[in-house]
Amino acid sequence: MAIVSSNSTTSAADPLEDGRKRAMLLAALYIAQEQFGWLSEEAIRRVAERLDLSVGQVKSTASFYTMFKLQPQGKYRIQVCEGLSCYLVGGADPIIEYVSAKLGIQPGETTADGLFTLEVVQCLAACGTAPALKVNDELYENMTFTAIDQLIERLQEQAE
Amino acid sequence: MFEPVLTRNIHRPNSEKIYTYLANGGYEAVRLALTKSPDELIEMVKRSGLRGRGGAGFPAGVKWGFMPKDPDIPKIVAVNTDEGEPGTFKDREIVERDPHQVIEGVIIASYAVGAKRAYVYIRGEFFLGVKRWIKAIADAYEHGFLGKNILGSGFDLDMSVHRGAGAYICGEETAMLESLEGKAGNPRLKPPYPAQVGLFGYPTLVHNIETLACIPHIILRGPEWFASIGTAESKGPKIFSVSGHVNRPGNYELPLGTTIGEIIYEHAGGIRGGKKLKAVIPGGASTPILTAEHVDVPMAFETLAAVGSQLGTGAMIVMDETTCMVEVARRLTKFFAHESCGRCVPCRLGSRRLYEILERIEGGKGKPADLDLALELSRQIDGLTFCPMGSALVNPARSTIERFRDEYEDHLTYKRCMVGNPL
Ligand SMILES: Cc1cc2nc3c(=O)[nH]c(=O)nc-3n(C[C@H](O)[C@H](O)[C@H](O)COP(=O)(O)O)c2cc1C
Ligand code: SF4
Ligand code: FES
Repeated sequence: MAIVSSNSTTSAADPLEDGRKRAMLLAALYIAQEQFGWLSEEAIRRVAERLDLSVGQVKSTASFYTMFKLQPQGKYRIQVCEGLSCYLVGGADPIIEYVSAKLGIQPGETTADGLFTLEVVQCLAACGTAPALKVNDELYENMTFTAIDQLIERLQEQAE
Repeated sequence: MFEPVLTRNIHRPNSEKIYTYLANGGYEAVRLALTKSPDELIEMVKRSGLRGRGGAGFPAGVKWGFMPKDPDIPKIVAVNTDEGEPGTFKDREIVERDPHQVIEGVIIASYAVGAKRAYVYIRGEFFLGVKRWIKAIADAYEHGFLGKNILGSGFDLDMSVHRGAGAYICGEETAMLESLEGKAGNPRLKPPYPAQVGLFGYPTLVHNIETLACIPHIILRGPEWFASIGTAESKGPKIFSVSGHVNRPGNYELPLGTTIGEIIYEHAGGIRGGKKLKAVIPGGASTPILTAEHVDVPMAFETLAAVGSQLGTGAMIVMDETTCMVEVARRLTKFFAHESCGRCVPCRLGSRRLYEILERIEGGKGKPADLDLALELSRQIDGLTFCPMGSALVNPARSTIERFRDEYEDHLTYKRCMVGNPL
């Protein structure tokens, strides 16, 4: 489900009409990414057309934000937090290394079967329940190696 | 005994639902506020002493007073739910578990400053938060708390949610406005302040969601009640996010002015494994580190400033005796180097140089001149950048060098970390 923004309540007579189209850019990029899995040249071009922006404008804005992907991604993006609070309770690097070894990929890479991408991210605002990681939009807290094993196994089954 | 105010509902089942909120006195503050004049409300918020909870601590009522009075100028309220400061996890809890409290604050603030449009900006990673915001706003519309002629008062307010997409800097208010306009989140030069020229060029009142959550309580219980909590210059309840080496990490709502020691030992269950406290970062990653000697310092704006740190977001990262301070500085500086928006050279390049120095020292390859180099570099970044990020990013390195210099020197002498090593 593409949850991006809720603009349904805005009436046409809104005095803030200025820049409205441009303001929809992030939402449009989310919708495109949801549809195609990542933001290909084609997806970027379509967004640009719809919002009367240049391809360059759309591309440079998209590349500013880490959640917009200009490369194909695995079905499941595992995003491990390397923040200080996660590190202090034994998370961060050991978890990144564990997932990396388990899936045989380095951070930034995708498994050959296209199932998993490993990503290192910054504080997920779950420091009180660290170590934390995310898979796509889902947050996982208080992670252990066993919990990671189970999680990856479940995702593999789900994918079959 | 202090009773939680902001978090009083979050442990109820379905705390995020509008019926739970209504069953517990929800939206009564809006009813009351709409019977008062906007100026009366601004006066109440001023008298309460409420200061912003997003990091800078600016007096909220004063900021409301900066908004132009001319009714013909369209005005906007922008709600900051971008929470990305490492160590901080209070805003996520508020939006996931009690979003209506914030909506109530938004309605009152909008009515007081004459805004008919409110925009929520939420961190892209907060997927559940996005869903909770959208549902809560839709329910508030359905109950007549948003939209046209709210509760028959003649006041109209529309509110919508916009999702960020992964950039810490978008929490800085002017970068947030740029992002709301669909652009890259590069901060704007201030002045003009958002209250003068904000979103789409219109005067905009920007607040953190914890600040807005305080508003309904100030209206219902009165500004004197709010001002009776806290210290001389820091009023009201505050949610402290506690993480790191404590037995019970979590969010604790307590009066501003509660001491560091009380929060760690009486609320967060003390240090894990009975170990000794070594250091505390009191207000999120960008605030200068304190040592175990500071346990009696009250968590308040003025008292933390007096010991060379800041209240920031009130997010306490607690570290025990086994923690290497060079690694702490390295990790936090890596974060800031990664999150620099790249607009100005001292921040973009300075943060990277600073990180390289720390990486080198931590890896046992540091040179004796590195410590002074890091301090000199910090001087050339602090205050000399486009936005406050420059001053924030030097704090981990500078404060750990100032307060734990011997640990850095050990790394330089023995080419490795000596923490916990008695040799
Ligand atoms: C680098 C940087 C990041 C910031 N991130 C946030 C944030 O995530 N959330 C927030 O509420 N304020 C953040 N702020 C503070 C905002 O710029 C602004 O002061 C705040 O939203 C105002 O609200 P308040 O007065 O209610 O605190 C940040 C500031 C800086 C310099
Ligand atoms: S100080 Fe850093 S984050 Fe702020 S505008 Fe300059 S480069 Fe961007
Ligand atoms: S440091 Fe990992 S969630 Fe905050």
